Amino acid sequence: MLAYIIRRVLYAFPIIMGVNLLTTVLFFYVNTPDDMARKILGEKNITQEAIENWKRDRGYDLPVFINTEEKGLAMITQTIFFQKSLPLLWFDFGRSDRNNIDIGREIQKRMWPSLSISLPMFIIGIMANLTFAMLIAFYRGTYLDIWGVVLCVIMMSISTLFYIIGGQYLLGKVLKLFPISGYDTGIYSIKFIILPVIIGVISTMGVGIRFYRTVFLEEINKDYIRTASAKGLSETRVLFKHALKNAMIPVLTNVVVSIPFLFYGSLIMEAFFAIPGLGSFTIDAIQAQDFAIVRSMVYLGSILYIVGLILTDISYTLVDPRIRLE
Amino acid sequence: MPHPLSRVLALGIFLVFFTGGCIPNNPYRPSERGKNIFYTSFDEPPKHLDPARSYSSNEYDFIAQIYEPPLQYHYLKRPYELIPLTAESVPVPVYLDKNNNVLPPDAPPDRIHRAIYEIRIKRGIMYQNHPAFAKDKDGRPLYMDLTDDDLDGIEEIKDFPFTGTRELRADDYIYQIMRLADPLNHSPILSILEKYILGLREFADALKKELEEIRKERRKRAGAAYNQLLDERRNPIVLDYRKFPLPGVEKVDDYTFRIILKTKYPQFVYWLAMPFFSPVPEEVVRFYKQGPLEERNITIDRFPVGTGPFRMETYNPNMEIVLVRNENFRGERYPEEGEPGDMEKGLLEDAGKEMPFIDRIVFKLEKEAIPRWNKFLQGYYDSSGITSDSFDQAVTLSAEGKAELTDFMKEKGIRLVTAVRPSTYYMGFNMLDDVVGGYTDEKKKLRQAISIALDYEEFIDIFNNGRGIPAMSPIPPGIFGYLKGKEGINPFVYTWDEKKKKPVRKGIEEARRLLAEAGYPGGRDRSGRPLVITFDNAWTGVDAKPIINWFIKRLKLLGIQLENRTTDYNRFQEKMLKGNFQLFSWGWNADYPDPENFFFLLVGANSKVKFMGENAANYSNPEFDRLFRLMENMDNTPERLEIIRKMIRILQEDAPWVWGYHPVSFGLFHQWVRNTKPNAMANNTMKYIRIDAKLREMKRMEWNRPNFMPLIVVLVVLVVGSIPAVISVRRRLSGSFTP
Amino acid sequence: MPVVLSTDLIVYFLVLLIIYCAFAVRKEGYLSIAWHQIRTNKLAMVSMFILFLYIGVALLDSIRWRDVVLDSEGRVMHKEDGSVIYSPQALSLLDRLLHDMRVNTEKTFSAPLATHLYVKETIELPDGTRIRDYPPLKYPGTHLLGTDKVGNDVLFSAIKGIRTGIVIGTGTTIIIIPFAILFGVLAGFYGGVVDDIIQYIYTTLSSIPSVLLIVAFMLIFGERGYQGGLITEEDIFFKIFVPNDRLFWLCVIMGITSWTDLCRLLRGETLKLREMDYVQAARAFGVSSLRIIYRHIVPNVMHIVLITFVLQFSGLVLAEAILSYIGIGVGPEMGSWGNMINTARLELSREPIVWWNLFAAFIFMFGLVLPANIFGDAVRDALDPRLRVR
Repeated sequence: MLAYIIRRVLYAFPIIMGVNLLTTVLFFYVNTPDDMARKILGEKNITQEAIENWKRDRGYDLPVFINTEEKGLAMITQTIFFQKSLPLLWFDFGRSDRNNIDIGREIQKRMWPSLSISLPMFIIGIMANLTFAMLIAFYRGTYLDIWGVVLCVIMMSISTLFYIIGGQYLLGKVLKLFPISGYDTGIYSIKFIILPVIIGVISTMGVGIRFYRTVFLEEINKDYIRTASAKGLSETRVLFKHALKNAMIPVLTNVVVSIPFLFYGSLIMEAFFAIPGLGSFTIDAIQAQDFAIVRSMVYLGSILYIVGLILTDISYTLVDPRIRLE
Repeated sequence: MPHPLSRVLALGIFLVFFTGGCIPNNPYRPSERGKNIFYTSFDEPPKHLDPARSYSSNEYDFIAQIYEPPLQYHYLKRPYELIPLTAESVPVPVYLDKNNNVLPPDAPPDRIHRAIYEIRIKRGIMYQNHPAFAKDKDGRPLYMDLTDDDLDGIEEIKDFPFTGTRELRADDYIYQIMRLADPLNHSPILSILEKYILGLREFADALKKELEEIRKERRKRAGAAYNQLLDERRNPIVLDYRKFPLPGVEKVDDYTFRIILKTKYPQFVYWLAMPFFSPVPEEVVRFYKQGPLEERNITIDRFPVGTGPFRMETYNPNMEIVLVRNENFRGERYPEEGEPGDMEKGLLEDAGKEMPFIDRIVFKLEKEAIPRWNKFLQGYYDSSGITSDSFDQAVTLSAEGKAELTDFMKEKGIRLVTAVRPSTYYMGFNMLDDVVGGYTDEKKKLRQAISIALDYEEFIDIFNNGRGIPAMSPIPPGIFGYLKGKEGINPFVYTWDEKKKKPVRKGIEEARRLLAEAGYPGGRDRSGRPLVITFDNAWTGVDAKPIINWFIKRLKLLGIQLENRTTDYNRFQEKMLKGNFQLFSWGWNADYPDPENFFFLLVGANSKVKFMGENAANYSNPEFDRLFRLMENMDNTPERLEIIRKMIRILQEDAPWVWGYHPVSFGLFHQWVRNTKPNAMANNTMKYIRIDAKLREMKRMEWNRPNFMPLIVVLVVLVVGSIPAVISVRRRLSGSFTP
Repeated sequence: MPVVLSTDLIVYFLVLLIIYCAFAVRKEGYLSIAWHQIRTNKLAMVSMFILFLYIGVALLDSIRWRDVVLDSEGRVMHKEDGSVIYSPQALSLLDRLLHDMRVNTEKTFSAPLATHLYVKETIELPDGTRIRDYPPLKYPGTHLLGTDKVGNDVLFSAIKGIRTGIVIGTGTTIIIIPFAILFGVLAGFYGGVVDDIIQYIYTTLSSIPSVLLIVAFMLIFGERGYQGGLITEEDIFFKIFVPNDRLFWLCVIMGITSWTDLCRLLRGETLKLREMDYVQAARAFGVSSLRIIYRHIVPNVMHIVLITFVLQFSGLVLAEAILSYIGIGVGPEMGSWGNMINTARLELSREPIVWWNLFAAFIFMFGLVLPANIFGDAVRDALDPRLRVR
């Protein structure tokens, strides 16, 4: 077990290097620093000189992988890849292209608003989805099941954007129960959190309930459940003890991997509700084409993902001892 | 069945009451109730607040309240008038010839060798309190050579325990002009000012060389491990401006300085009202250029330091930006005269009173138009613009086409303020293109035909709800040279209707005829191939699709097929630079209220493809260029008007642009906001505004009574609805299990 | 002159797949039992009918050709070198069938079946007085779902969105399924080095947050692609084929990003399956690994593929709307429900509210997703031997 975890952590290194290489190629060959400079320097009076000057200041005038103008070790060190991608390994994210701020500090600051939305959304969402799914599975074959599924299908064919607009309109504007958008720090943040959490939970319910229902039905129809019920075990016991436990694998694959991403926030949610989290940070960076930030977020995303995978594998063994981690 | 959800709702309702007072949707803290605070929003975080770099109106919203350049625009008077801000008076240039003899003001431009602007600033103006001015017992700056340990617990400027202040001096203005040349500051106007300020180019080149030297030196010392970015973050480079001469700026005494220009440039005074010429003390720059501060994102680009009526308290661009009253503000009085009619509108009620009137300005980040609009209606923002989609709700146009508020808005006591912006949105032709460019009669007719077909009256109606004025030339209303009525129309696109006293666009038949004369009868060339024109724009937004479709639809009337090539702004600019386009859409906001600032967009020497200038159409007409050189150095005399008229006529015939339209901005203010008058040139307008916080509090209460009924009904239905389910579960549990 | 887009190929492939299934159902025993099972389910049959309707419309919208340009006397026009001149507009069969709907446009918004515009305008009466009122429509009462901001028929836009929806929903999944099964099962079954390598590939790919990957990819490949509208000579290869289609790139990159999820699910399931008694038994009898995978593992993970397919179909159609919101979705000239919803988003805050655009997109999208789900369920029930007993 421990050896496995260590091995997985060691895997992280080549993965991160792979991500790094891929993003470097995408962001520096395809989208050249000249493009970035033009975008960032603004609209009026841009001269080629200003662009060169900007590239020089930000170190984008260097070659991407190999600097043929230098000698020896400097051929590798005086390159964009070495100077911009390598510091990521010790979490030095550098500075943003657009307004030259320290990205690491910004991430530290913005992580918490993201978490304050996504954590309640995650917990309440899973609880609600599992509960409803179990209930529907409980009533399988009856009209409740059919209408439940129909409701799920209806709910999942509505765009998230529509849930947000509708929620803001109904709960915020018409009923005036919540502020329409915004954020505040500390205890004052609570009233801003509720509306996005409600909308977030409801918008994922259709997909979630349907998925868990299918998983439960799978289990219920397995032979051991028949055996258990044939032996005269009560339905509650069979459903909640045996079926739930065995349905945990698909559930875990789905759920655990996303836990670290709670820090990462939700792009659309945060943009609509003006929540100053990492999601809106990323979407701003995309729209402004600030590739220093995008690169950092890609890197952070890979780390979180790897953590999520390791957590998933560990949780497998906890739920199902038959799975060996070699 | 509904347990988890209902629990959340119950908890939510409880917490809402607990934290928000009795109005649950109030986004502000209870402690802010009834305070003299102005609430407004911004839709994207500002890029730069450094006055050497900042060049967009949404950044000026912040820094113009903090920094004070020597001059400002009169708040009420029209046409726009420059008045002193920190200067004693508006400087009048002294012109010298080659032998340093003083010339009369009307001397011909080619005799003028130097233009000298002497600016005398008022005494006793103090800076805001700021840690950069804090001194220790021996009078040395307290916060210099900071280390990481010194900055424990410091995240923002307000976290520093000690602050200081000092008097404004001429040196601060001189230092800022030098900063404009600093290569590290990337000032967007350096390339313009270089043409005028004596020795600025040489000074900038010297600084650039110096910077390269310093970097080379550092590179040598660090060897292969050198990482320029890391190095300059830990140890920022501060260039010493005193090492190099800048003959174009002279200090006379502590309160007087001179700017010396190489040529006559009457528009220069307008620059003195822009934040680029704000004072920046050297100790402030040195304070901010400390590695540990830069690492904490505490820089001059985020935390401005000025002498203005407000200072920055909180800078959290992802959430809010808060300005508060500057305790050291010298006090300025509200203008005592305005233009006729201002008295009746109540704009002079506060005449002579000390400004500013409000204690705090809270800017909230609001990226989405819908929540912003709704919050304005709820009274949580004091002012708002109008989007095309909220227009019908807010404004109706009377039969005469005059904008009026709807009854709904009138009931709320909201006031509408309209103003034509000194901007133009146009469609340009690439004059270097084989098909749409060129100066032969045929090509002119082709462009004129397209100009007629693109019916901007309809465009403004559909997409701007009538908030625009179809353009006849690049000159918008309110700028010298704009002609009203019959003499102002573009005779190639419009005819004048004597009865209705208004211009009428020529019919599509006329456009078809012109097109046929241009060699494209029915939109087909001689070999019968349909005329396809590419259309470049940067409209990537959601609402762009209908606009693009409109253009396609209009040109289809001529049989011309428009091939849309939307790209992001970045690639659009690249295409413009390379000349790889036929028809494009762009806009221009005036820097200052002078026709020169529009005509220079069409001067041959500013061609984008050839000289990387701002002339994106690459238009070049020798006669126009000659007249431009005459016009740019003239004061606003009847002779100048005559030349401008000639220039406009040349442009109208050549039709390098489809002139497009000048936008009209509509602003809405709640009844508790006073002293609002749109001013397209001035940015430091917050100091004039007064609010009635008590009235606002009352109205907010009235407009935001929560309605719990539907929620309770839903809850009851859910609970009742789940009862049969619970019963049947009970029954089933007692039975046996059948899969 | 016919024109084929690379996304048209996806639609053609889908149609061929359906034809193949129709034949396979007759021949093979296993599938035909399943087919009989589905046929007893009325709801599923109705759904299938609706799905065929959608696919039929998508197919009509995927057969397109450029017309010959005629001069004013109706003669075919030729270039100087004698070749025939074609219009740069490739109208599809659907465009031609719905010619009236496409061409009869109004000035701006009008409500469903209205006779007057939805927006007041200054109208000049014959006697010269001017009033502000709702002007009459050019084609009153013909717009079943009203018109949008530039006066295009909303029903037509919604119908045009069908092809985009079908292509995104099926094209993406068609591209990913073979890879996902191959890699997922191999990784889960063999473990060790194979697992490591496959995990490395998909972890690296999937560890890049998908939105960012899509953005970067679309900036490179989608930028100059065909976005609907006119076709230029540079776009066309071999006179008929347009390979650089923005929608196709969108399918590819969405496939790449969603591939890893399915792959991971399959790997997890295979991990569980290979510990099962019957697999262990087969191993003990010396059955070759490939055979075990083919006989025992793949059939037993097919239900996950199916569930994913069904869940993904609607998810992908909806994801398109979100991508449009970020600004990297289908081009503005290509009809899509995503673009419609996104525009309607702003129209909702209008007063009086403009609802029909959103309504049309919602109904058409719903009308595709709901039958797809029901039919998918039916297929699963029929194919999964354990569920069939129920």
